[in-house]
Amino acid sequence: MDSAKIKMAEQFISLVPHCKALGMKLTLIEDGVAEMELPYDAKLVGDPETGVLHGGAISALMDTCCGTAAMSHPSSPAGTATIDLRIDYMRAATPGQTVTTRAECYHITRSVAFVRATAFDDDKDRPVATATGAFTVEGK
Amino acid sequence: MAMKRPEPVQVVKQRRDAALSALVHGVPYVQFLGIEFDRRGDELTAVMPFDEGLIGNPMLQALHGGAIAGFLEVTAVIGLAWSVLWEELENGEMNLEDITAGQMPRLPKTIDFNVDYLRSGLPRDSYARARVNRSGRRYASVHVEAWQDQRARLFAQATGHFLMPPRGNG
Repeated sequence: MDSAKIKMAEQFISLVPHCKALGMKLTLIEDGVAEMELPYDAKLVGDPETGVLHGGAISALMDTCCGTAAMSHPSSPAGTATIDLRIDYMRAATPGQTVTTRAECYHITRSVAFVRATAFDDDKDRPVATATGAFTVEGK
Repeated sequence: MAMKRPEPVQVVKQRRDAALSALVHGVPYVQFLGIEFDRRGDELTAVMPFDEGLIGNPMLQALHGGAIAGFLEVTAVIGLAWSVLWEELENGEMNLEDITAGQMPRLPKTIDFNVDYLRSGLPRDSYARARVNRSGRRYASVHVEAWQDQRARLFAQATGHFLMPPRGNG
């Protein structure tokens, strides 16, 4: 993947208001692969008793990461939109730890990109969540 | 034998509104998205007023898919917790003193959540309602519909499965 396209992706994500509000960061982008992280933040807590992040914040991270992986695929001309996204929550993310996710666009047609992603906290052996999604292939 | 005189309407309303407010306002992420709930009897409508911070595509001014997913999941979790809380309020297991003392039931945990994005979210207020299709002792299945200007034109829908918190004495 050429550096201009990487720059563009980083810039694009940093300009998305909702990603900025959540404090999301892009850490890696390659052909059809993206990695992002979401630092722990008390304002994103879903269960006040335990301090565990809300599933919605994890959804937002995985949706963005999957969309970025779809866009970074060499066969993807430009933009994308989510058609559907399914998230399985394996366990609660440990309060205080950054959630990282890696998404891979494993198949793409002229109109649909198929993407899967896994999210972890500091424990890299036990995933926090997995996601599978279908995204539109736009532009040309 | 005389029937028990029903409670005054304002007492009933105050109890229900206080319970709902404690449920909604105790969750930081619900506040982060700016979601409020309208209540008519036991029916809830979640409202997410438009905010610049919800945008996912600045060029198209479209709502972020993650914000939409979060909105639907909040609606599902609160809707499910509310349906349990409603029962407890009605049969007297839970009263206003418990609620004001912060004795809230634990929230259900999401097992999985599947969102369909039907059309892009416009820079407008969003509304959603949850329907609890099954609520067992351990598992529940909830469907959520979200719309903006027209009730019949959904812009997203979702189905989720949830693990219910353990109930009082099992």
